[in-house]
Amino acid sequence: MDWQALEISLKLALLTCASLLPIGLFISYILSRTQFIGRGLCEAIITLPLVLPPTVLGFFLLVSLDQDSFIGGAFVSLTGENLAFSFTGLWLASIIYSLPFAVQPMLRSFEQIAPELREMAWCSGLSKWKTFLKIELPLAWPGIITAMVLTFSHTLGEFGVVLMIGGNIAGETRTLSIAIYDSVLAFEHEQAQMMSLTLLAIALVTISIVYTFNRRQRHLMRL
Amino acid sequence: MLEVSLFDERQPALNVEFNCESGELLALVGPSGAGKSTVLRCIAGLHKPERGHIRINQSAWFNSDDKINRIPQQRRVGFVFQNYALFPHLTVAENIKLAQSDTKDDKLTTSLLSKVHLTGLEKRYPHQLSGGQQQRVAIARALARNPDVLLLDEPFSAVDKVTRRKLYLELNSLRRDLAMPIVLVTHDLDEAAMLADTMVVIHHGKTLQQGTPAKLLHQPNTVAVAKLVDVRNLFKGKVVENGNDAQLHWDNKQLTLIGTLGYHQQTVNWTISPSKVILHQRVRPSRGEQENPVSGQIVELMTLRGITTVLLAVNDVKDVIIQMDVSEHVSVRNSLKTGDNITVSLLAESIHLMAM
Repeated sequence: MDWQALEISLKLALLTCASLLPIGLFISYILSRTQFIGRGLCEAIITLPLVLPPTVLGFFLLVSLDQDSFIGGAFVSLTGENLAFSFTGLWLASIIYSLPFAVQPMLRSFEQIAPELREMAWCSGLSKWKTFLKIELPLAWPGIITAMVLTFSHTLGEFGVVLMIGGNIAGETRTLSIAIYDSVLAFEHEQAQMMSLTLLAIALVTISIVYTFNRRQRHLMRL
Repeated sequence: MLEVSLFDERQPALNVEFNCESGELLALVGPSGAGKSTVLRCIAGLHKPERGHIRINQSAWFNSDDKINRIPQQRRVGFVFQNYALFPHLTVAENIKLAQSDTKDDKLTTSLLSKVHLTGLEKRYPHQLSGGQQQRVAIARALARNPDVLLLDEPFSAVDKVTRRKLYLELNSLRRDLAMPIVLVTHDLDEAAMLADTMVVIHHGKTLQQGTPAKLLHQPNTVAVAKLVDVRNLFKGKVVENGNDAQLHWDNKQLTLIGTLGYHQQTVNWTISPSKVILHQRVRPSRGEQENPVSGQIVELMTLRGITTVLLAVNDVKDVIIQMDVSEHVSVRNSLKTGDNITVSLLAESIHLMAM
């Protein structure tokens, strides 16, 4: 069992969740509450990582994170470090490839909140910010939890993009899914099995938590 | 007092003007899509019309000339939405507390709940309540903000008929303690007539007439209003005035009118309320013989809740059916049945004329 790879995987998944919580909330809230030209294109771009082959997405990310590119170059000049084949680059890539997994459930949740509830909150004297905190956020909670669990599980299990962006540097970019692939190549089936079961268990537990929580929440809020 | 004057040429178009005194219940009536709910949304600040003003006790909430447009949070409005819009994740008490300016005041929550007969249900969630209970929570929440105006948007449409009748009585008794103007939106004329002090008829976003329910239902200004308030006896006739007397020529019949109204030689629409058509008793003679007597044959009889509606095919007037409402016991005592020939009086003071 490669504990270091597990630690990297968990760290990457948690950091991606922490980053995508505010980013996802912001994007999904804006998309659910505003109508603008190009909204369809905007949603398509956010959903793109869901349908693109991971290697294609990985290739484009690798090119844009390279030190000769605008983003990669700017990062090098700011920090002196390369984004490609680094944990930070991997983290940035994870935010992008998990974006649809965070935005879609949150967006659906915000869209399901009846506009009258918001208007009622305003008529009850609540500011827009308080309405968001006291009414919309609690009502969208099941979607937010689903978004975080999907982001966590997806980041934990991603293989193609991780390999393209991070390579396979132990202690830096070598995640559990890469370690499983290495073990299989080296005919270390017992180790591969142990790590695969670990990933399976984490995925099962997190998804079960979501279903249980969402059922309770739906029961509470049915009207 | 609430003063409303709204104009909008965009969709939904508005041309609405009315006033509502403190403590008065004003019903906005009209068919679906007439713009009634839009008017309430304008008062609450949820919809901005092109021009006009909304003033409450001389203070402007909206004035297009002075570019005043207060946001909903700055207008003290108690709003009961059609589907109540209760916050599903909050208990009854929390729903009410959220609208209180001082959220720590438990006494106010308790007193509001007792006012709407919901004591003991504080900890329930909206989905655990019946339709009638949900409506009461919505009213308590609307009152929690100590509003300057109470807006009720079809508040009875989501409950069954039995509950509705109970809630009518409750609202009627509750409103006696309320000092603010109350605006009720409804498409149910009976509901409006029963609860309101004043009715405003609105159609295609335009106010057509404001008046007491009796005035509006029995003496509409125009045929359009008459049709909207479902006037059942609506006919055409020609007025002939002679000195201080006036007569209405209705096909081959002449009906005496009460004084002159300046309609000489004009064809007019006229109406008489079914409850003001007086039946001549068959068992004993009536002085009604002198008061615009009209004979005819009963073509239909319907009894509902103690009121019998009689449809009478009038003799001497072609293809005309006049409707008359009498108490069920009157119908029984006179042994009214389909096919009978009867005589009724169309009292001069009950005939209402409308220009074509």
